[in-house]
Amino acid sequence: MTASHTITASPISATAGIGLRLAHLSDVARQADDAPRSASWFEIHSETFLNAGGARLAMLQDVRRRYALSCHGVGLSLGSAQGLDPAHLKRLKHLFDRVQPSLISEHLAWSVVDGAYLNDLLPLPYTDETLAIVSANVSRAQDFFGQRLLVENPSSYLSFTASSMPEWDFLARLVKNTGCGLLLDVNNVFVSAANNDFSAAQYLSQVPADAVAEIHLAGHSDEGQGDARVLIDTHSTYVCDPVWDLYRATVGRIGARPTLIEWDMDIPALSELQNEAARAQTIMDGLKASERADVA
Amino acid sequence: MWLEAQRAFQSTVVGTNDTIAPHVRAAYGPLANRIAVYRNTVQQSLIDVLATAFPAVQRIVGARFFAALARDFVRTRLPDVPQLSVYGVHFADFIASHEHIRDLPYLADVARLEWARGEAYFAADAPVFDPAVLATLEPEQLASLKLKLHPATRLIASRYPIHRIWAVNQPDVTEVPAIDMSIAENVLVSRPAYDVIIRFVPSADATFVQAFSQGRSLGEAAAEAMGSHPEFDLQTALQNHFIHGTFASMAAA
Repeated sequence: MTASHTITASPISATAGIGLRLAHLSDVARQADDAPRSASWFEIHSETFLNAGGARLAMLQDVRRRYALSCHGVGLSLGSAQGLDPAHLKRLKHLFDRVQPSLISEHLAWSVVDGAYLNDLLPLPYTDETLAIVSANVSRAQDFFGQRLLVENPSSYLSFTASSMPEWDFLARLVKNTGCGLLLDVNNVFVSAANNDFSAAQYLSQVPADAVAEIHLAGHSDEGQGDARVLIDTHSTYVCDPVWDLYRATVGRIGARPTLIEWDMDIPALSELQNEAARAQTIMDGLKASERADVA
Repeated sequence: MWLEAQRAFQSTVVGTNDTIAPHVRAAYGPLANRIAVYRNTVQQSLIDVLATAFPAVQRIVGARFFAALARDFVRTRLPDVPQLSVYGVHFADFIASHEHIRDLPYLADVARLEWARGEAYFAADAPVFDPAVLATLEPEQLASLKLKLHPATRLIASRYPIHRIWAVNQPDVTEVPAIDMSIAENVLVSRPAYDVIIRFVPSADATFVQAFSQGRSLGEAAAEAMGSHPEFDLQTALQNHFIHGTFASMAAA
């Protein structure tokens, strides 16, 4: 395990990356040093790689020798009223020390209460109380990791009656309180807007542009008819055209950003993901020079 | 305030109640549909995690029964760590105590075997014991040598033929022979590099390996194995253990 001593994190440029899942891990890990690159960079789910040792971690370290990594967490539970789990902070820090991620991120969501983990990104009300809780949790994580955390907007299927501000306001205030960055998931905005009846375009126009350090794109499923209709954030298919349109408009407004293609279920060949990434890259490349704003 | 709502949300998604309903709203359509999205994700995703970790158990009981069993488990014991590769450590004990699987008394041991395989896969890396070391030792040093089990090594001792049961419930097996359920089998799991090895070991050998986990020396372990099983062949057993990486290097302390 000498890799952590020989690699250092370098910034990810405003290019398209791919979410690296176990289905493709060994293929990418086995690539020769002079093989064509499969992506500009990769993002992993941090919690998939927290084990003491074994093949999975070894493959990740092989991947890391060629590619910059983003570590995307799904279990820190930033929305927990009981605070963050110190043991989990340590596990994540250990992984970060090993792979030196260029970006680290988590969700505006919660998944743990009373020590029980629910394995989903559950929603929270947007109130002064929860803003204080999430701000304290984000600050604690950033202090512990010694690195800026990007916080991702969730997909949601319902809203809380107690909410006193829209999600974009909550995120803007969180950025102000903690200095965190934002991971703007355009598909999540689209899904939440449809399910909760707000305007995705308005949301995207309100997000603080300077804070956005990464963008996620994914596919969702559209289920049920009429009153029973609900969009579900399945990450199981191609990015839909309306989401591509929102993405184009967003990078047109805020500039190009590291953009990730996420696909977590019914995972296709890596070449399909590369096609999706190429599409995002083409959109970024098409921006006028004045609109480009690479973030370091 | 928020903590109470989180507890209500948890109770709702793990169970069948809608305790969270007064706190939330759907923009259109029945609220219950929206709550069900979260409930389905929480429960189904954890059931899927168990199905992936225990494929032979699932094949033995069938996908539908397995899903019901796994749902019972999820509702009684949620993960206590946000790391799905360690979810299921208590599943074998749950199976052993489950009233609906009394007619499959070996099933819990099959689950223990599958769990051991997963633990071995994710265990810490460590160099395996190099038998060349033995040639450098005097006989009395050899007898007092305390071999250290590799971090991936697991022994499953069963009253049932679990190695056979496990082997015939692999995905590529189509014709399942009759198995004599009166045979007791021990399985040794090890990982000399990154590939997990699952092999049957005679009970003398199981006694031998067990002795090291209790801190015995090579001489004591061999004496224990031979005491209860006079047929124990130390040399052959050791050769197999060295090939399969049962022991860790002494140097990597």
